[in-house]
Amino acid sequence: MATVYIDGKPYAVDAHQNLLDQCLSLGFNLPYFCWHPALGSVGACRQCAVKQFKDEHDTRGKIVMACITQASDGARISIDDPEAVKFRAGVIEGLMLNHPHDCPVCDEGGECHLQDMTVMTGHDYRRYRFEKRTFRNQDLGPFVNHEMNRCIQCYRCVRFYRNYAGGRDLNALSIHQTVYFGRNQDGVLENEFSGNLVEVCPTGVFTDKTLKRHYTRKWDLMYAPSICVHCATGCNVSAGERYGTLRRIVNRFHHEVNGYFLCDRGRYGYEFVNSDKRVREARLNGNAITAEAAREHLREAVERGRAIGIGSPRASLESNFALRTLAGPGHFFSGIADRDQRLVALILDILRRGPCRVPTLHEIELCDAVVVLGEDVTNTAPRIALSVRQAVRQRSFEMAEKLKIPLWLDDGVRDAGQDQRSPLFVATIASTHLDEIASGVFRGVPDEIARFGFAVAHAIDSAAPSSGDFPAARGIADALKGAKRPLVVSGASCGSEAVIQAAANIAQACGAALYFIVPECNTLGCAMVAGGSLDAAFRLAAEGNVDTAIVLENDLYRRAPAPDVDAFIGNVPHLIVLDSLLTRTAERAELLVPAGTFAESAGTFVSGEGRAQRFFEVFPPDGVRESWRTLGMGRWSTLDEVLADLPAELPGLARARDAAPSAKFRIAGAKIAREAHRSSGRTAMLANINVSEPKTPVDPDSPLSFSMEGAEKKPPGALIPFFWSAGWNSIQATNTYQREVGGPLNGGDPGVRLIESSAKEKSYFAGVFEEFPAEGGEWLIVPIHHIFGSDELSLSAQAVAELVPAPYVAVGRESFAQNTMVRVEIAGQMFLLPVRIRSELGARVAALPAGIPPLAGLPLPQRGTIEEVK
Amino acid sequence: MFSILSTIWRVFLHMFSRRVTVQYPEQKPYLAPRYRGRIILSRDAEGGERCVACYLCAVACPVDCIALQAAEDAAGRRYPEFFRINFSRCIFCGYCEDACPTYAIQLTPDFEMGEFHRQNLVYEKQDLLIDGEGKYPGYNFWKVAGVAIGGKAKGEAAREAPPTDVNSLMP
Repeated sequence: MATVYIDGKPYAVDAHQNLLDQCLSLGFNLPYFCWHPALGSVGACRQCAVKQFKDEHDTRGKIVMACITQASDGARISIDDPEAVKFRAGVIEGLMLNHPHDCPVCDEGGECHLQDMTVMTGHDYRRYRFEKRTFRNQDLGPFVNHEMNRCIQCYRCVRFYRNYAGGRDLNALSIHQTVYFGRNQDGVLENEFSGNLVEVCPTGVFTDKTLKRHYTRKWDLMYAPSICVHCATGCNVSAGERYGTLRRIVNRFHHEVNGYFLCDRGRYGYEFVNSDKRVREARLNGNAITAEAAREHLREAVERGRAIGIGSPRASLESNFALRTLAGPGHFFSGIADRDQRLVALILDILRRGPCRVPTLHEIELCDAVVVLGEDVTNTAPRIALSVRQAVRQRSFEMAEKLKIPLWLDDGVRDAGQDQRSPLFVATIASTHLDEIASGVFRGVPDEIARFGFAVAHAIDSAAPSSGDFPAARGIADALKGAKRPLVVSGASCGSEAVIQAAANIAQACGAALYFIVPECNTLGCAMVAGGSLDAAFRLAAEGNVDTAIVLENDLYRRAPAPDVDAFIGNVPHLIVLDSLLTRTAERAELLVPAGTFAESAGTFVSGEGRAQRFFEVFPPDGVRESWRTLGMGRWSTLDEVLADLPAELPGLARARDAAPSAKFRIAGAKIAREAHRSSGRTAMLANINVSEPKTPVDPDSPLSFSMEGAEKKPPGALIPFFWSAGWNSIQATNTYQREVGGPLNGGDPGVRLIESSAKEKSYFAGVFEEFPAEGGEWLIVPIHHIFGSDELSLSAQAVAELVPAPYVAVGRESFAQNTMVRVEIAGQMFLLPVRIRSELGARVAALPAGIPPLAGLPLPQRGTIEEVK
Repeated sequence: MFSILSTIWRVFLHMFSRRVTVQYPEQKPYLAPRYRGRIILSRDAEGGERCVACYLCAVACPVDCIALQAAEDAAGRRYPEFFRINFSRCIFCGYCEDACPTYAIQLTPDFEMGEFHRQNLVYEKQDLLIDGEGKYPGYNFWKVAGVAIGGKAKGEAAREAPPTDVNSLMP
């Protein structure tokens, strides 16, 4: 701690930080542009000028940039000094010279950092009367809109895109006052995190293209704190609604999970909520029926007996629990295929009983040696790949510290570090985007990866079982042994228990943190509700013991091969499906009941980290209800009642209750408003239907209100619908919700970790490996994951769907020519697919894109045959 | 007694003073052009809708009686997909007109809007949009805005330099 005198008053500040960071943490309104809490300082925009004085007798002082000045003990600065104020106003006037007259038609308007800073510095009249500079825009794909005229050359976009996220196709072009931020030519931004440009850009150069289709200002959206449903990372998001449709997703800062950034799947996958494929009304044998009739039908089906419940890893904890309660614990099945269920059970077992800690994403960023085993992180849990990218910078931080360069001084740290990176080893089936920053890569089929992993563990600790001779293992072992905070990232995506065991062995051998990536947003929660696998349900039905199957938010055709699902549906006389989208399974249901998506329901997800996090209704559901409410049959009327019943049945999930405050929570007697205080149109938006305004709906499940009326004070982390504070309309208002800028939210970061390692003892797995190559003409067909395509829900999102690759089969170089049509026979099914060459695949190894229709549901890896179509 | 007689006398005298009652509706009062009456949406001189659906009128409205939805046509021009004013809530304060950056929304000197049914006081865009420029002739937002729309490319707005050639290194 140090003392800094700001305008004559002493303040305790963190001496390791810069003045801007500390002034903002103390609550001063000091304007800035190029600085970003996650990107550090470069001193490019000259906006955060303050006056610094030598001592108390110095009256003249000198102008310094707060963002590149250390908050040293005894420093005396002035924010309100007239010269500093004039300097800042002059900088804004300069930036505004070429800024177009666009605000009314600019999507950033109302949440624009440039607007805020212009108001903050008092610039209100344009004196410059000459021509404005103009640029041509580029088409950057379905996610990001480009309007280059508005640029103020702060360089934040390229610093995020290139330096932070590792993108290559966006750069600063041209010179002097015509510096242009864009691509070499029009085209889709390649980086998986391009959507963050919308939030990183302080003005409207990069805006959300999906929002543009149904544009609404920030102040008009109705928000709720939510959790991303498109992978298991559990990123916190704010979802905004207007006129009954979901309009956009923005990042909701969580210090331990997503920080300031989301991936594009998470940001743009929301459009499935507005999809044409939504189920809006109950249907019995294809005919629409009322919700009451549907409930009655469901009640009869359960009372008839011999009913089973099939849960889902994409349904909330509460919905799965409600189904388990309705069907009975013995008749509840998780809805996860047998092999995946075994993988998840193994992961849970390792995390609970093993000695390794599950790191948060923030902790991943601090790790100084990383091994990725079997997981294409960028495509299965993209946000984690972004954290791994920051982890490899640890070495440059160490070097900077030796040279006494403060870590917030971004350019200085990068110059000192040059190309030096902490060790990162990537062992995967095919090449990944992390390869470019990896110090070593290993390619092989899952069992080879597992074997390699065992060898690394053995090289670290000879007590761990060996698995063969891999020369590269020694180097990795040394790097891990030399690291202070090693990390192993693995997961279920390559469908191999041996890979997971290998990861556990490595982590145990070197005392590393261990992160397992699981497939879906509530995979761990669903597994913890404890039910049999999907295959067990199939067997039960095949024996003729099932009269009714209730399928909860689950497309069985994505879990098991189509012939198996067809057989199951044939064996079940009555199929009841609750889902939000009209899936293949839902199409075959006798009774189809609409289920609320994450935006229309409240519940809890357990992320891959084991963190239970609550999401809330964004807008009052119109006809669709939470599945737990439907399945509860009147047993529960609020979410809190479900959560109160949970611990008795499932003690392991008892703490899920504490993921967010209960519905009784109030701030000074008031609820928390979902809408901004200046939300508009209340008396007109429904006036075309009826001029008398309807009563505001009541939300029994949360302390949030469906209106602009609510507490003045800022809510606790789990209940922040959106970030705003007076004078800070842009997402930069996040600063005012944190204990200190970039740190945890006031009142602590939301969610509770349900899984903490308990054991101290190491217990190594002895590897069991399958031999390959197979005999005869068989191929081993492995999965390849795609950020856009492998996730079920985002497939129905308009913008994401544009980037989903067409089905293909990837093979190594020697077997088939590019684009040859081949017949792939696998798991009793036949597909005609074009060939794509992935030279890193070995002989007689092929890969299919996981989850992309019609290839979804194949249990990969799997043996199959591939023949050229003549 | 005296008081009563003096009052009667004064009332009698009023019979000879000038009448102020206007015989409405036979006789219409003069209302200044800036009178705050029925709200309209105007068009620019070329006949295009002036409203760019920026939502500023809606947010300025103290009774929240304006609702609209922005849309964009094929040429890149923003317009309101629907624009609704609930006149049964409107207090004719004129804040919407003050907030409008394009002179689209204007208050007019017409107040004859009485209805027997409140529902009829809900005006949609077709009820609001007029064919003229209203009080503020000659202004066209698109001619000063930086965005390109059909018929106006980058660099063709007022006081704009031609688009920069990013491949040029000339000073």
